[in-house]
Amino acid sequence: METDKIVEQASGLAKNAKALATEAEALMARVSQLNLQADHGGADTFVFYFSIFVLAIFVGYYVVWSVTPALHSPLMSVTNAISSVIIVGALIAAGPVDMSFSKVFGFIAVVLASVNIFGGFIVSQRMLSMFKKKK
Amino acid sequence: MSENLSAFAYLLASVCFIMALRGLSSPLTARMGNIYGIAGMVIAVVTTLAAPTVLSFTMILLGMVIGGAIGTVIALKIEMTALPQLVAAFHSLVGLAAVFVAAAAFYEPAAYGIGVAGDIAVASLVEMSIGTAIGAITFTGSIVAFAKLQGLVSGAPVVFSGQHALNAFLGLLLVGLVVWFCGEESPMLFWAIVLLSGAIGLLIIIPIGGADMPVVISMLNSYSGWAACGIGFTLANPALIITGALVGSSGAILSYIMCKGMNRSFFNVILGGFGGEDAAAGVVATGDKTVRQGSAEDAAFIMKNAGSVIIVPGYGMAVAQAQHALREMAELLKAEGIKVSYAIHPVAGRMPGHMNVLLAEANVPYDEVFELESINRDFASTDVAFVIGANDVTNPVAKTDPASPIYGMPILDVENAGTVLFVKRSLSPGYAGVDNVLFYRDNTMMFFDDAKAMSEDIVNALGTM
Repeated sequence: METDKIVEQASGLAKNAKALATEAEALMARVSQLNLQADHGGADTFVFYFSIFVLAIFVGYYVVWSVTPALHSPLMSVTNAISSVIIVGALIAAGPVDMSFSKVFGFIAVVLASVNIFGGFIVSQRMLSMFKKKK
Repeated sequence: MSENLSAFAYLLASVCFIMALRGLSSPLTARMGNIYGIAGMVIAVVTTLAAPTVLSFTMILLGMVIGGAIGTVIALKIEMTALPQLVAAFHSLVGLAAVFVAAAAFYEPAAYGIGVAGDIAVASLVEMSIGTAIGAITFTGSIVAFAKLQGLVSGAPVVFSGQHALNAFLGLLLVGLVVWFCGEESPMLFWAIVLLSGAIGLLIIIPIGGADMPVVISMLNSYSGWAACGIGFTLANPALIITGALVGSSGAILSYIMCKGMNRSFFNVILGGFGGEDAAAGVVATGDKTVRQGSAEDAAFIMKNAGSVIIVPGYGMAVAQAQHALREMAELLKAEGIKVSYAIHPVAGRMPGHMNVLLAEANVPYDEVFELESINRDFASTDVAFVIGANDVTNPVAKTDPASPIYGMPILDVENAGTVLFVKRSLSPGYAGVDNVLFYRDNTMMFFDDAKAMSEDIVNALGTM
């Protein structure tokens, strides 16, 4: 009687184990598939962003040459202000609820970038409002 | 916000930034351009705040209020003559922010989807270390530029033997560190990259003299853009990549324009050791050459009887804060029916376009202000060239004497004007240490005084005439 019970239990366990093994195998297959995709996708994303980068340099080149030399100072303060769009990285770091090194770094970067955003755009506006035509 | 939607929003922000730069092609559209820039920034910030990982807003709000208040106060208070140091200071902040964002990404890579701490994708590590290194170089380099422009340290170049070898060695060391960091991923190596890059930033700016600051500021402007780009690659954020590339190429173009204005190669400026804050070269033997010296009354008389006057302002005018008195003088002359225009040399100020801003601040209409290329031919048909606080940019030896250090530099052809009036404190040569042959010509008259005092005296003299 005891033996029967044990055998039953054992066969139950064996069934479970088999099911788990199949599941594990399926997971393995899925993981390797994802890995393949990730590898493939990884290379593609870099090329994708690099293309954006190169095209943006060309846009920048032609747009900046069309800036009138009289406005080169405002150009600098405007570019300085917009390069503070780096704040998006700082916001992501400062965003989580839990306190961490990363959150502190994010906070500092938010402060620094905000000084630049507000300072840069306001000083540009001040400069540009001075440029007036002959009355 | 879904990922596709936020990607579109970032694209919109980037387009706004391009429009912001495009607006600067004319003073008429420039203010609208600035509005585009602000709009782009608002879009980018709101999009990020709506990201699913951004959950706590207290610190963010606090940071924005603190930073925003500081930035607003500084921007409203700053004197336009101090603009170059302000821009240098702002560049340093972008650099430092880049370092901190990279640090945040290094300590919490999961938040940026680039792996888990201790197992970050190698490509991300490379991008991260490039962004960090350029950011740190921008930070310390801009601090040095700020200190030189603000007069906290001497503008004279700091040179020592083995300087270039040391810089080259440190550069190689940095590359080695980056490679090591990508393999080991240790926090210590990350901060070592930060420190080493900071030291490099310091060392590459100290040998550059005060007079070359327009190139330095433009260059740091460019660096801050590339730093943003590096971070943009790490975060896979197209808005950051596009903006960084725009800023980077903008700074590079401005550096090129400034170098061309001084007829120096970029490497020549970078390697440094040229030009102090003032005329360090000292007295050039003038021999028995004589100069004609005049008084404010003479200047007023000559200009009042002229049909046209071109004013050539230089940095000395800005230092003396003479722009308001100068504009008053020009108003009086215009009231007499005399045609007055201003000629600006590309390197007339301490940063690109600085002189234009200073004149605009003194209410000089921008359509009376001309760049070198567009006004140079008019000197020949002009009665009086009034050179105030400028020197080297008018020196004809740049065209005639191949042995001169300023040979090849584009100059304003004031020599072709009927009469040349020079307002200068003394006969000393400019920062290039070259004597100006114009001083000794028969049709030149010198006025040895402070630019502001002389302009005011001329205004008074014109009033009593």
